[in-house]
Amino acid sequence: MRTFGVSWLSEPGIRAFFYQLIALAALALFGAYLFATVSTKLAQQNIQTGFGFLSHEAGFVISQSFIDYKPTDTYADAIAAGIVNTLVVSGVGISLASLLGMIVGIARLSTNVLLASLARVYVEVIRCVPLLLYLFFIYGLILASLPAANNAWEIAPHVFLSNRGIAIPKLHWTFGDSWIAFSIATGILFVVAIGYILRKRRTGGDAYRCLTPVLLALLATIAIAILILHPAAAIDLPMRSRFRITGGVQLTPEFTALVFGLALSTSAGIAEIIRSGMLAVGKGQSEAAQSLGLRRSQTLRLVIIPQAIRVIVPPLTSSYLTLFKNSSLAIAIGYPDFVMVSNMALTQNGQAVEIVVIMVLVYLGVSTAISLLMNWYNRKVVLSR
Amino acid sequence: MTASTSVAEAQGPAAAKPDRFSDLRRRVRDAARTLFGTPLNALITLACIYMVWRAVLVACDWLFLRAVFVGGPQDCEVAQGACWPFVTAKLRFILFGTYPYDEQWRMALSLVIFFAVVCASMLPHLWRRWLAAVWLVTILVLSLLMWGGVFGLRYVPPLQWSGLPLSVMLSFTGLVLGFPVGVLLALARTGPLPAIRSFAILFIEIIRGLPLVTILVMAAIILPLFMYSGESAGRLLRVQVAIILFAGAYIAETVRGGLQAVPREQYEAAQCLGLRYWQMMGLVVIPQALKIAIPALVIIVIGFFQDTALVTVVGLLDVLSTVRAAIQDPNWDGVVTIDGYLLAGVIYFVISFGLGTYGRFIERRTRVAGF
Repeated sequence: MRTFGVSWLSEPGIRAFFYQLIALAALALFGAYLFATVSTKLAQQNIQTGFGFLSHEAGFVISQSFIDYKPTDTYADAIAAGIVNTLVVSGVGISLASLLGMIVGIARLSTNVLLASLARVYVEVIRCVPLLLYLFFIYGLILASLPAANNAWEIAPHVFLSNRGIAIPKLHWTFGDSWIAFSIATGILFVVAIGYILRKRRTGGDAYRCLTPVLLALLATIAIAILILHPAAAIDLPMRSRFRITGGVQLTPEFTALVFGLALSTSAGIAEIIRSGMLAVGKGQSEAAQSLGLRRSQTLRLVIIPQAIRVIVPPLTSSYLTLFKNSSLAIAIGYPDFVMVSNMALTQNGQAVEIVVIMVLVYLGVSTAISLLMNWYNRKVVLSR
Repeated sequence: MTASTSVAEAQGPAAAKPDRFSDLRRRVRDAARTLFGTPLNALITLACIYMVWRAVLVACDWLFLRAVFVGGPQDCEVAQGACWPFVTAKLRFILFGTYPYDEQWRMALSLVIFFAVVCASMLPHLWRRWLAAVWLVTILVLSLLMWGGVFGLRYVPPLQWSGLPLSVMLSFTGLVLGFPVGVLLALARTGPLPAIRSFAILFIEIIRGLPLVTILVMAAIILPLFMYSGESAGRLLRVQVAIILFAGAYIAETVRGGLQAVPREQYEAAQCLGLRYWQMMGLVVIPQALKIAIPALVIIVIGFFQDTALVTVVGLLDVLSTVRAAIQDPNWDGVVTIDGYLLAGVIYFVISFGLGTYGRFIERRTRVAGF
């Protein structure tokens, strides 16, 4: 390749090598500068380094926690409580957003012009206003406009809405209950496995008929298990007392506002994803299905949805990921999610570098986990056509 | 539906003049059929009409009938409707925040100039080379107006910039400067140099994996803890840089999608013509890639305008923060929560909806122009 009279510097491979060398050197220099500045600064302020602080006592209060946490616990416990809070709020938000989004998406596809345009207005309005505004608005609304706890609204049986948040029934859990839950879970897994094997054998419509006796047998087993093991699970219902609501799970206004804000703002995107997924399946498909004599519900279940799912899953994953990341807006209204707890830890002990590392690792970890899971599901859906 | 329209189309040429009246009648009949064709549809329609009617009633009631038009906080506290005096009293603070009161005309003028130039640049037939010069002059004038310090204008430090101009500035600068960053990152990620490619992948994935809030918190609060001794003087700058990098990572992924959608033959043809890498990319590939990426880029633009609201969290006074400050003003406390946030919602809605409508227009145009 090398021609005489041309400098070896102009040979593409060598030039590429030099470019990369220069880039790496610049990066290394920048890193070294950062390291030097940070370590002198930390030494000046007498801040210790390393992850030893995780086992020290945290000493701050977390206003709502789904795992047991008290101020005398360690930093590691506090951060774990923050992570669980983030996961719970994202999980509830994702389910609510999916439900809302599905309803609105289907409404947008309706042949009823009025319903479709109402759904469209909903999507446009939701999309054009930032999530943070919804959070402040809902939070302000809960605090300012809802009744005090002693005359809370009962929006559903034993679900109370007041300016102290939402109170919902709580399930008391014992050891025996775990066994029952375990047996039920095993049974469901069993049924799913049988259904999968039957479908693999392509026994067609008969497969589902075979499932009925299996299901009945399973129900009988569960009934027997419950009879023998005497479930001690009791439902703790919230009650309206004179000054406040007692019992049940009390969800703070911050949690409520965050869940509803996240669900609202994500539902518009999900509605659009579902709509475009359904529209992406060609008209010919449903016409062909109808000419085969399939009913409308069958067309939807056997022809349209399996194909639409493939279009829907990838963007749905990214909107779930967005919701998960957006849950960090919790810090604006004071719900103790992972970011807020980390921030509290940081202001207390000043170990910024370590906490930033933990933040990056946790967020990247969960993001990667969600996208791996959805990619796996996507691959499965794509292959099974 | 399809059958009837195709029949109508087939008969179209035969009927010499399309009768407007019969067309209208057909449309009404179609609408009636979709609205009341089946019992379920009729039920849905009635429910929708009832809902819209109730919503209109409630809105009219709240906005006008029970609203307070003149008076103060005390009147609003008693009334069960909108509080217009709040809007008139606080609008100026909401729009311009803590910018010196006597100098706020400069902010207003900047906004007007900015929106005028933006609207002008949105018209495709004005896309000429001189538009770049217009933008250079505009940016110069705007910074002059905002900073001051010359021509007898009072110097206003960036920490006092607030309200709508701050929101617009953060998102606009973030996108404009984030764009080249994004294109370079996209090129690096799709390019032939492995070390640079892995750096680009690492950068993009870390930024995209983190929420904007954490990045802003790092830039505004954590970074100064271990980097500088001085406080908060450069906070606006650090937040702006964080937004630029964040925008860059997202734009990079969009542009990468465009780069991958450009057919391989285009690259090969450019190479056959003897173009170097930068010539090939700059003259052949990137223009096509950007054209493909326009719809996704519009979504990013709208998203970023809304995302700048997050700077509230790190203590910058953008338009959402000024609204909150106005609501929490001791004189008005607890009276105008709904009014204030609705006002902020209207501001965000108008700008986002305008951008979205323009985005659909430009998308249609590039599609018609044919790629």
